[in-house]
Amino acid sequence: MVYFIVMLLGMFFGMILTNGEVTSWFRIQEMFRFDSFHMYGVIGSAIAVGAISMLLVKKLGVRSMQGEPVVIETKKLGKGTAIGGIIFGIGWALTGACPGPLYALAGCGYPAYFIALLSAVGGTLVYGLVRDRLPR
Amino acid sequence: MEIFSSFWPWYVTGPLIGLYVPALYLLVNRHFGISSTLRDICAACIRPSARYFKYDWKAQRWRLVFVAGIAIGGFVSGGTLATAPQGQVSAHTLSVLSSLGVKDFSSMIPADLFSWGSLLTLRGSLLIAGGGFLVGFGTRYAEGCTSGHSIHGIATFQRASVIATLCFFLGGLISTYLLLPFILKL
Repeated sequence: MVYFIVMLLGMFFGMILTNGEVTSWFRIQEMFRFDSFHMYGVIGSAIAVGAISMLLVKKLGVRSMQGEPVVIETKKLGKGTAIGGIIFGIGWALTGACPGPLYALAGCGYPAYFIALLSAVGGTLVYGLVRDRLPR
Repeated sequence: MEIFSSFWPWYVTGPLIGLYVPALYLLVNRHFGISSTLRDICAACIRPSARYFKYDWKAQRWRLVFVAGIAIGGFVSGGTLATAPQGQVSAHTLSVLSSLGVKDFSSMIPADLFSWGSLLTLRGSLLIAGGGFLVGFGTRYAEGCTSGHSIHGIATFQRASVIATLCFFLGGLISTYLLLPFILKL
């Protein structure tokens, strides 16, 4: 049942990304050229709504569906955060897509984005193989 | 049903995305994030011997279901929107891209740069395969993408995610202003 809801949420997310033009190569270029508020509005309001709703969850002591207290997962800060971040950013502007849109665009049926998604899996594979030699 | 065949403004799109942060905590008590699925796919389908891929990916199966859903959602929306003209994108951006060599503005993805044919060119393979590779490598090296770091991480006030997001943008600017003009001329 949970998996069914997760699937529906995923589907709706794919629609949000597409209808919201987050999957548009042109909108991402526009964002990096500071020519419109659109993408900043999307990301900014997403963060704001995420933050407010999580503060509410904490304040009201809302629990997960399984009855567990919500545990916010923390991200570690390391050299990889910055170096990996820049590397990802370079790829983001070239493909016009971050991981979510890669799945949505592959679903849209763009052959180029099947390849981009496969290449992303390849990039993760190589990272996993060389990571012990990388600064972290 | 017109709402599903039109583009949505940022103040609808953004808040809906933001709701995924609490939604996933309440549903599966895990953080909203996408790039970890690239690792899951490696672990599940390729099963490399490296330690990085030896973990219980099955316990996080919900993530693979989630991204399969994203692909389906893209399919549902993409059908109608894929060929929508880009008149709402800034004229300045479009004209700069045109001067850099982009020719096809008829949909959200420039077909002259992203097609089966373009994959056979150096330009196309750098954009598509090269770009994709960097996304997969970089997001895992940074341990998150725009969903995990920028949206979830900043919404939960995490310093690492603020830094990650600034670096995502730095990389994007380097790419847009230094790499793209060069690559588009290949």
